[in-house]
Amino acid sequence: MHNVQARPDLTAIAELVTEGSRVLDLGCGTGDLLAYLIEAKSVRGTGIELHEEAVMDCVGKGLTVVQGNLNDGLEDYPDQSVDYVILSQTLHYLNRPVRVLQEMMRVGRQVVVSLPNWGHWRARLDLVLKGRMPEAPILPEPWHGARRWQAITIADFLEFCLIERIQVVDSVFLAGPRAVKNPATAKWRATTGVFVLQAPHTR
Amino acid sequence: MPATVAQPPPAVALNGRYQGEIQAEDRFLRFGPFRFACGEELPEVVLAYQTYGELNADRSNAILICHALSGNQHAAGRMPDRPTSRPWWDDCIGPGKAFDTNRFFVICSNVLGSCSGSSGPAEINPATGRHWALDFPIVTIADMVEAQVRLIDHLEIEKLLSVAGGSMGGMQVLQWASHHPDRLVSAMPIATTARHSPMQIAFDAVGREAITRDPYWHGGDYYDRADKPDAGLAVARMVGHITYLSEQSMHEKQFGDRLNRDTDSGRTGRDFLKPEFQVESYLLYNGQKFPERFDANAYLYVTKAMDDFDLTQATGRLADAFRQAVDVKFLVLSFTSDWLYPSHQSRDLVRALNALGITVTYVDIDSVWGHDAFLLEPDRMTRILTNYLNGLAAGQA
Repeated sequence: MHNVQARPDLTAIAELVTEGSRVLDLGCGTGDLLAYLIEAKSVRGTGIELHEEAVMDCVGKGLTVVQGNLNDGLEDYPDQSVDYVILSQTLHYLNRPVRVLQEMMRVGRQVVVSLPNWGHWRARLDLVLKGRMPEAPILPEPWHGARRWQAITIADFLEFCLIERIQVVDSVFLAGPRAVKNPATAKWRATTGVFVLQAPHTR
Repeated sequence: MPATVAQPPPAVALNGRYQGEIQAEDRFLRFGPFRFACGEELPEVVLAYQTYGELNADRSNAILICHALSGNQHAAGRMPDRPTSRPWWDDCIGPGKAFDTNRFFVICSNVLGSCSGSSGPAEINPATGRHWALDFPIVTIADMVEAQVRLIDHLEIEKLLSVAGGSMGGMQVLQWASHHPDRLVSAMPIATTARHSPMQIAFDAVGREAITRDPYWHGGDYYDRADKPDAGLAVARMVGHITYLSEQSMHEKQFGDRLNRDTDSGRTGRDFLKPEFQVESYLLYNGQKFPERFDANAYLYVTKAMDDFDLTQATGRLADAFRQAVDVKFLVLSFTSDWLYPSHQSRDLVRALNALGITVTYVDIDSVWGHDAFLLEPDRMTRILTNYLNGLAAGQA
């Protein structure tokens, strides 16, 4: 489905992840990120993916993946049992995103979330000037596509973290493959936001 | 096979890499004393087994295949001395197949209590010179596995690369992982459960009842008689076959079709004795064929072993069964239309393994073939098993 070229957040995530750590990738798709993290950062990584074909592809890459639905939660995974739980470009597909984020923070010492930013200036113009519901700035899908999605902006997500007292330990903003250095402009310049989160009770 | 019986989809050769059938032959290992879980001890038991491929120099490429209820040690290849014997997993074992005999040393043994050469009720009790019948000790999945451990010892294999099997074979895989985790790198339980459910026990109970109510069963002492409890065993097999199918697969096989279109004229109650639908013909045919290769008492023993299987027994928690198995890698497979060993039983297993941080890959394979899918989805099975074994072999290197 995706490759590293089309997914600049993969390299950004890899830079945030500690060498040799234990990683759980939720909605891992065909395993591009996991394979990349194992290769680049020697992580011990496993994934969860809903679709059989994608799981089959992961097995073909030698990855350890459990077929399952994230909306069912991570109930069987012990507290703080992995270093990073990663949700890459998947949050906007979830039926119960808050529950999944809570579960991620229970299972992982740290949580990495990457999301397409519907607050990007082009998306804003689409709505204001053309009256069209903007598609995601990366990997766009029409509203009537196979998967239901919920548009989220970086501003929405940061506000959510504030209300839920979720600590944003680190963040990287990307415009296409390039980093957006100034966080003040990221909300309208970035196509992707990558956040490292920590639950309020930890540290 | 009569033309009226619907056929499963044909086995498909893999990308032209299929290099012809291997030749299979029975071997026998005698060892003893052997103490059964029930406490009884026999001075000697026998395991019939077959091997395919070559054991490598550091003895690290061995894979044990565990068969299901009606299976036996003949998992792959053809047997020149038993040409009618059908290898039950030939689609997956052989040169270029998932369990590639050019790379792996594949072992399959007939379980204790069964009837293809291993010790069981149909064999002769040396102490009396007569068939064991019901005097044979009650057999458990644990007994089957302990006997396999002796076989692996005999073959001087310290660590199996994998133990794989579906249905009752999968129970043996789980028993191996639970009780001998240090003897295996990986475990592949397929379409199975760590504990037989009441529904699974119910179908087995009907099968056993059909056998023990057959007037020719004679309390199990039928071996020296001309008439055997074949009718009871056939009915047991028919019940079994229903549970191996699915509603969809019965449609796919056009089981609702009538055998004879001209059914309106002159029918009487006597016609009840003839099969009228494809599904009846299929079940009757498979029922009638079964006693040619399976023993009624063995059916009682082996189904009881499955019903007794419960890895949660010790503490009530499935995860406790695998506390020692943290270094074993698991590949768990289930099939969406399998209602006999439904996917949720496999998911329970995956949850228990996840809770222990055990490396597990799980795929719920989309299939219409019901429980039989593990034998009837060779392409999907080949793809995933091949990929998994490649990953495993890469990890070992």
